[in-house]
Amino acid sequence: MNRSVLPRPDLERPALLDVHNVSRLYGPDKGCQEINFRLHAGEVLGIVGESGSGKSTLLRVLAGLEAPDAGHVAYHSANDDTLDLYAISEARRRALLRLEWGLIHQNPRDGLRMGVSAGANIGERLMALGQRHYGQLRAAGQDWMGQVELDPGRIDDAPRTFSGGMQQRLQIARTLVTRPRLVFMDEPTGGLDVSVQARLLDMIRTLVRQLGLSVVLVTHDLAVARLLSHRLLVMRRSRVVEAGLTDQILDDPQHAYTQLLVSSVLTP
Amino acid sequence: MNGYNFAYLDEQTKRMIRRALLKAVAIPGYQVPFGGREMPMPYGWGTGGMQLTASILGSDDVLKVIDQGADDTTNAVSIRAFFQRVAGVETTTATTSASVIQTRHRIPEAALSHGQILVFQVPIPEPLRFIEPSEQETRLMHALEEYGVMHVKLYEDIARYGHIATTYAYPVKVDDRYVMDPSPIPKFDNPKLHMNEALMLFGAGREKRLYAIPPYTRVESLDFEDHPFEIQAWDECCALCGSETSYLDEVITDDAGNRMFVCSDTDYCMTRRGEVA
Amino acid sequence: MYVAVKGGEQAIANAHQLLGDRRRGDRELAELSVEQIQEQLRLAVDRVMSEASLFDPELAALALKQASGDTIEAVFLLRAYRTTLPRLAVSEPVDTSAMRIERRISATYKDIPGGQILGPTYDYTHRLLDFMQLAEGEIPTPARAEQALESCPQILELLNAEGLIEREADDGSEPYDITRDPPDYPVDRAARLQMLARGDEGYLLSLAYSTQRGYGRNHPFAGEIRIGQVEVEIFVEEFGERICIGEIPVSECQMINQFGGSREVAPQFTRGYGLSFGHNERKTMAMALVDRALRAEELGEPVNSPAQQAEFVLAHADSVEASGFVSHLKLPHYVDFQSELELLRRLRRAHAASQKAASDEEVI
Repeated sequence: MNRSVLPRPDLERPALLDVHNVSRLYGPDKGCQEINFRLHAGEVLGIVGESGSGKSTLLRVLAGLEAPDAGHVAYHSANDDTLDLYAISEARRRALLRLEWGLIHQNPRDGLRMGVSAGANIGERLMALGQRHYGQLRAAGQDWMGQVELDPGRIDDAPRTFSGGMQQRLQIARTLVTRPRLVFMDEPTGGLDVSVQARLLDMIRTLVRQLGLSVVLVTHDLAVARLLSHRLLVMRRSRVVEAGLTDQILDDPQHAYTQLLVSSVLTP
Repeated sequence: MNGYNFAYLDEQTKRMIRRALLKAVAIPGYQVPFGGREMPMPYGWGTGGMQLTASILGSDDVLKVIDQGADDTTNAVSIRAFFQRVAGVETTTATTSASVIQTRHRIPEAALSHGQILVFQVPIPEPLRFIEPSEQETRLMHALEEYGVMHVKLYEDIARYGHIATTYAYPVKVDDRYVMDPSPIPKFDNPKLHMNEALMLFGAGREKRLYAIPPYTRVESLDFEDHPFEIQAWDECCALCGSETSYLDEVITDDAGNRMFVCSDTDYCMTRRGEVA
Repeated sequence: MYVAVKGGEQAIANAHQLLGDRRRGDRELAELSVEQIQEQLRLAVDRVMSEASLFDPELAALALKQASGDTIEAVFLLRAYRTTLPRLAVSEPVDTSAMRIERRISATYKDIPGGQILGPTYDYTHRLLDFMQLAEGEIPTPARAEQALESCPQILELLNAEGLIEREADDGSEPYDITRDPPDYPVDRAARLQMLARGDEGYLLSLAYSTQRGYGRNHPFAGEIRIGQVEVEIFVEEFGERICIGEIPVSECQMINQFGGSREVAPQFTRGYGLSFGHNERKTMAMALVDRALRAEELGEPVNSPAQQAEFVLAHADSVEASGFVSHLKLPHYVDFQSELELLRRLRRAHAASQKAASDEEVI
């Protein structure tokens, strides 16, 4: 596997996200606590851990969907402002999610508008940005269907007529069509057949590379994390137990829990 | 009428509604919640419009009531009779003589003038309702101007039919801010909302919301650059007055399915025919 | 030649006359009096008062008579009348613990202080048509207990003393008034209970039933149902004290439901509450179940069933609103229908043209 093709993160520009001592707990050690990290432009950060480790809670806090009990998240916006995510208004936060960010759900049905065609799904974010030319919206829809390896001829078909893997591709196209500066992915290949997963991963990897995306990726699957991320946070019982470069962590895990995780995965 | 206040509602209620109306005029297109009352007519039959009319009516007003453009449809007759009974105001069928016009589903063909008030009956005031059923969520969407989804519906129409397939209750943007449901008027009437000289008030009784378009307000029908908003057109003209520019009703004249087209605005049609309504 | 339909006024007047005639029915039979309805169709009267939010048995009976027995129409008549009444005073909260009890049962304890009192109930009647009533037989005078009832403490208060059920205390805040202010979702429990209290009984019954069948199950026990007379008091500034202005019959249901609790609060039973005018047991039970279902979010339970979705449940509970909007489909809609016709014809022309173009191509 050739990992060198992933471009390097841009360390010159200010970090996109700065996460300081973030905690959000539902019960003792349920949720996430005392999380600190920095995400650079062009970087893919993987958050790994088994289910219940708190990684999805953390993602929701980062994506502005759930206020933390303590700590704060700073986002460096497109117009060079540094925004404290939970100090700005909800209006501003939702605008970020709509204009600068993208969120890819594990279940594509949560991220797609199931009642309207594939083309309308892809066009929605563009229309929210003020695009008012039907022909151009349609062209963008066809172009993006091609990019995610869907048949552009199916632009008027409803998402429910697509398979699970195709729906996930559609969700990705719908999210990336506006070229978001920051993308949150929650188990993007979860719930799919292994063969479908492999092709989808390959496609995501290509898009990340071509578009130079900055991504926070949550996954329980170390193989997915290895393939896509520059850096990893390993979570267990609401806390980060180990953090570092992906290769370093997976090839030479320091924490006992990470060692257990790594050893439990069959290496091909 | 004995036992009831002028125009049925008590003065406190009317004042509450007028305060809400002032707010609505100040924020064109914004849906103002108001403490709607039960009226002695069923919800959905114009109770919102009636409460607004009751609140603004004075003893020197001249009231016209139309339903489907016509003064003589049963619901228009019933509402007009109600206000004659509880307010004793003068009524008219002539659009130009009326100071207040309550309407369901039409805007009169004759241009309205400064000082006139048009009161619309509104069944579902929320233009986002059929995309987002939750009121909490739609209020937030309005507050944040999250309107991209309105165009999703129009996009979908064009993709499926080649045309925008919304023919009535066609959504508009008021003063470049709020997306608004103009009530189920045919889209034919939408251009009349733009820069109209009259004050236009909208009342939804069951949903307890009211809103307004003040005189001379910009009102734009949502569309695409390459699929611009268009109004209905007929090959026929009115069989009674010969109008080629008015909104026509289709009337089936016999068992063989023969039909004719006539103006839906009865006052307009009769005026053109030189009759006194 | 088509002539626009004139004379709507006359048609309406004629229709109303005919309605009056049908309401009266066969003139050979004695006319039903409002007093008879009030005395002999009590449960219908109670239901109309509850859903109209107006306690006035005579007017409710009149509404039923005027509506030919159509409950929803009667509710509408009484509600429309209610809205014209001035508000002279606001009563103090009624104290249902001090109720003069006619019926009181608990499903949670075999024996309770004050005892189980069946009172007038259809429970345990065998649902056999009683042909005696067809023959208008005399009804025997019922047996009544000779001594006065013992005091009947609220069953849930017994649990409360042990801390086994969540406390519910008046926080002194001014309750939301759904008859004066538009609903502003999410609404608080006070507003919710008001909306449920005037909600359509059939609708609440079905929703309550759905929670029992698994759509938002909340493990209810009928903690206590009590029906009887309560005093209505108002505070009179001039006297500086409360005075009783009369008694009204009410039904109250307190459901005991499965536990809530958190790290801070020990596990406790939770409550669902129902109250209505008159004898309206089914309604109050349904209301209590739906009230509890609507507390799902507050109690940290997943919200995934219809009965738990506050906006859905509350916005559609009122029969006056619902029947008005459904019936408005009878109003003329021909302007909008004409718009749809015009579009449909245009689309069909375009479709036919493209079909023809396609078949022409094939020929070539």
